[in-house]
Amino acid sequence: MVKGIFDELAKPEPEPFHRRHQRRRDLHQHRLRPRLQHESPKVVRALFSLGADGTVGANKNSIKIIGEDTPSYAQGHFVYDSKKSGATTVSHLRFGPTEIRQPYLITSANFIAVHQTIFLERYDVLAQAAPGSVFLLNTYVSKDEVWDSLPRVYQEHMIRKQMKFYVIDAYDVAEKTNMGGRINTIMQTCFFAISGVLPEEEAIAAIKQAIKKTYGKRGEKVVQQNYEAVDQTLAHLHRVPVPATVTSTLELPAMVPANAPEFVQQVTGEIMAGRGDDLPVSLLPIDGTYPTATTQWEKRNIALEVPIWDPDVCIQCGKCALVCPHATIRIKVYPEEELAGAPDSFKSMPYKGKEYPGWMYTIQVAAEDCTGCAACVHVCPAKNKREPRFKAINMEPQPPIRDRERENYDFFLSIPEVDRRNVNLRQVKTNQLLQPLFEYSGACSGCGETPYIKLITQLFGDRTIVANATGCSSIYGGNLPTTPYTVNADGRGPAWSNSLFEDNAEFGLGMRLTLDKRLEYAIELLKHNAEVIGPELVDALLTADQSDEAGIYDQRQRVAALKQRLASLNGAPGLKQLASLADILVKKTVWIFGGDGWAYDIGYGGLDHVLASGRNINVLVMDTEVYSNTGGQMSKATPRAAVAKFAAAGKPLPKKDMAMIAMSYGNIYVARIAMGASDAQTVRAILEAEAYDGPSLILAYSHCIAHGINMTTANDQQKKAVDSGYWPLLRYDPRLADEGKNPLQLDSRAPKIPLRDYVYNETRYTMLTKTKPQEAARLLALAQEDVTSRWHLYEQMATLDYSDEGKK
Amino acid sequence: MDLTTTYMGLSLKNPIVPSASPLSYKLDNIRRMEDAGAAAITMYSLFEEQLDFEAASLTHFLDYGTESFAEALSYFPEPYDFNLGPDEYLEHIRKAKEAVDVPVIASLNGVSDGGWIDYATRIEEAGADGLEINLYFIPTQLTLTGSEVEHVYLDVLNNVKGHVDIPVAMKLSPFFSAMPRMAAMLDDAGADALVLFNRFYQPDMDIEELTVGPHLVLSTSDEMRLPLRWIAILYGKIQASMALTTGIHTPEDVIKAMMAGADIANVCSVLLQHGVGRIGTLLNGITTWMDEHEYESIEEMKGSLSQRAVAEPAAFERANYMKTLQSYRGLN
Repeated sequence: MVKGIFDELAKPEPEPFHRRHQRRRDLHQHRLRPRLQHESPKVVRALFSLGADGTVGANKNSIKIIGEDTPSYAQGHFVYDSKKSGATTVSHLRFGPTEIRQPYLITSANFIAVHQTIFLERYDVLAQAAPGSVFLLNTYVSKDEVWDSLPRVYQEHMIRKQMKFYVIDAYDVAEKTNMGGRINTIMQTCFFAISGVLPEEEAIAAIKQAIKKTYGKRGEKVVQQNYEAVDQTLAHLHRVPVPATVTSTLELPAMVPANAPEFVQQVTGEIMAGRGDDLPVSLLPIDGTYPTATTQWEKRNIALEVPIWDPDVCIQCGKCALVCPHATIRIKVYPEEELAGAPDSFKSMPYKGKEYPGWMYTIQVAAEDCTGCAACVHVCPAKNKREPRFKAINMEPQPPIRDRERENYDFFLSIPEVDRRNVNLRQVKTNQLLQPLFEYSGACSGCGETPYIKLITQLFGDRTIVANATGCSSIYGGNLPTTPYTVNADGRGPAWSNSLFEDNAEFGLGMRLTLDKRLEYAIELLKHNAEVIGPELVDALLTADQSDEAGIYDQRQRVAALKQRLASLNGAPGLKQLASLADILVKKTVWIFGGDGWAYDIGYGGLDHVLASGRNINVLVMDTEVYSNTGGQMSKATPRAAVAKFAAAGKPLPKKDMAMIAMSYGNIYVARIAMGASDAQTVRAILEAEAYDGPSLILAYSHCIAHGINMTTANDQQKKAVDSGYWPLLRYDPRLADEGKNPLQLDSRAPKIPLRDYVYNETRYTMLTKTKPQEAARLLALAQEDVTSRWHLYEQMATLDYSDEGKK
Repeated sequence: MDLTTTYMGLSLKNPIVPSASPLSYKLDNIRRMEDAGAAAITMYSLFEEQLDFEAASLTHFLDYGTESFAEALSYFPEPYDFNLGPDEYLEHIRKAKEAVDVPVIASLNGVSDGGWIDYATRIEEAGADGLEINLYFIPTQLTLTGSEVEHVYLDVLNNVKGHVDIPVAMKLSPFFSAMPRMAAMLDDAGADALVLFNRFYQPDMDIEELTVGPHLVLSTSDEMRLPLRWIAILYGKIQASMALTTGIHTPEDVIKAMMAGADIANVCSVLLQHGVGRIGTLLNGITTWMDEHEYESIEEMKGSLSQRAVAEPAAFERANYMKTLQSYRGLN
């Protein structure tokens, strides 16, 4: 942009900026296109397309090695996307003999490394390759077969630009050297070996020195493993001869399919392709309102393995769909005739429940959207009797079945959704038949927050209105270019917005007040014009029972009738206003989403104020016990004895008891839930909170990568948190006090395992035992006391006699 | 009455030595074991594999998800230092040595050549009086031969003996095709003692959940017959001392161990069941028995029921099997 202005000024007759500004020429496709190619031939310009494989760290190390230990100069710039799973990072590195003053990205690179083959499908990764440059690819495909496996465009680039082509199977080297999936050291070694920025021996020595520095304190074994990976790398790095002719007929797939909406084609797809900077301003929404339902166009294919359903073993419990963080496991029931035209590999089985006699049942995975966390497989309670290592859902490599499952999923989506009126919302096995209106987000693989959000969109559907605090949930909830909140077959879906970190509760209250005011006005107009509209319809609209899905459905029919009637009347201004307000007559549900950083700390004052307002709002706190989005800083939700940033020596004080604070008001519905411990209690609490005509606060245990845990088995940790008494499940329902019952119900039993059996499965606790063992022991003892004494307190509170309260 | 014995060159006041177990995690317990009469303490095992695993999993989780999201380049604070090596164990050995007067025998389970040598050397430096090699190894590969398995043991022993001067004991499993040959080879290689036998915890099955998992069962007196037999067979044929481990619960068990030819009796399950004070009860029982049976010393009974000393040496061999079967049928 700035370069474009300078280029314009260099013209013999530059167009005056103010005129350009006045005439908004850029809104008429006249854009300033920067051309930055001032690169010295002596500078090594390297572009790395990476995922979450730690290579950015290795790139930073490379800069340090060259910048600090050699006479050369070094520069690095790192471009991250906003995804928390399957992220793409592009490193722009320059190394040269003279000082580098180029504050712009590389557009002509002489070294391009692609660390994940999936990028080859998404972008033209060699578009910025300079003539004679090097292309390094990490791939499973062997050196003899790799050339023919490449899409045509890459073969053309390499032939035309006379490029040198290298391949390595870094995952294989990583596995052989016990590096897990970590390929950073391996790819860094390849870069030094090929690029020649340092003599090979010197480079290897420098890499090893950097390894020692980075990993030294993590134990000699870790250092040795990395050394071993370096040593093994060169033997597995192969140069592939570039033939003279193109052999491939493979084309790069379009960024978004042809049936995507126009906006997705023109804007979303371009941003996805990394060409967002080239978009003219005129194409962007003026008020910042972006269409929802756009993650469906972003087939990211990031999972190496995806779950596949085995109907022979399935007991139809629905737990796999419930825990899926990305809504990529879907369940439908349908009459058998819907199977007409199904692909041969499409699976189905008779539905086992009584609700839909004679209907069929299918669990289908969205293989291209799954992130491969395998949480579904872990929670599946059904085991194959012949081989118990198999369950009713099992992980299989994704690439060989991708096309087949895409076809199956497309067919699955074409089957009509179940009628919401006939679904028992209280049971997991039936509420998981409902369409989630939150899908394929960019949240971490195995995220512990998103299953709660997804469940809420299933339970309340398109009537959900969400105010979202800043944090992980605002990033995966609305990170451009795509939006995971989606729409149903009627084109309706949740409305969502993110204001600020500190004012989210007030933001949500504002939504409530607006809805209430609009409803009030609509009622006023209805009453005022009752005679014109028809007293019967007006009466039905005003007295409708909308406490269940059938009632909601009927009200929608009435609103449709009202709109029709109003259109036919073509009358007074009041009626026109009523037409624009008619939809408000269908009950809405206002949700305020946020994490603990918002609820316990930064937004706490406002949250308290909003809870005390008595208004009908529902607050979901996805409690990860740290500021997850910014990298695990301590919040007041962080438990005693856990390590976090700003609590490196273990948090010395206990977690704030938000449930207790909220219960002290007496008129707030409060619940503490943990889906992994009791999904039934989770569902119950969410339904009760929503039904309560007043403020509700739900504290949801949300496991997080900031806990330092295996995300596949994280639901086990939720169970242990509850079993140890650390996270007692409870519901506090003010309505019960009115009935003379104790409003507090403990939904979990007295602690049955010691706290250590829960906490010492998590790195946030165990790392303290490796840094300050005595302090760890002291804090653990205190934390255990916290648990024990709080349980006693809750137990006493839950057994108080309220019979006198009811008589009041 | 003389209860003293000599085990791997160490003079012990009696033959009762607690074996490697969680009982030695706490210094208090170590002191109490000495007070109760333990002649030496075997420390819990240092597992190289566990240390490696801890370091690897710490590294995995500290690195997981890092450097891929601009707002959160990491998720944990980076401490100045981690205690990931054997330091905690070594410190424990040092403290144990300060806390008690009886010999302290360390126990080591390594995985790599470097690990065995490095940790053994550091254990010696920390002041341990002896080292027990706890080679907990289950050969499951179809290609691994018996002779290769034997060499795993010999190599470890050679490596460790080549680098430390403290006496070294080999804790063995009973699953060798030719136990005497194995014992002789280890003896030749300089093993100061053989500890017979390591008790492998066998996994159990849960037929409701269709899972297999660890299942800890404490030993019973019956289980000591296996080591008893082999000690009786080996007694007098090798230079190395012998410890009988597994199944010692009563004073009579200790006496049997001595009569078979063991130099010490290792105790564990009995202490886990009844507390470390049980060592005193065992010692009292032994002296009472010796008094009643007019034995002057432990040395006097050592090996008195070994294969070479008894009237029916064949009792330890195949004939034993035939007899057992016949007597079993007879009972019916």
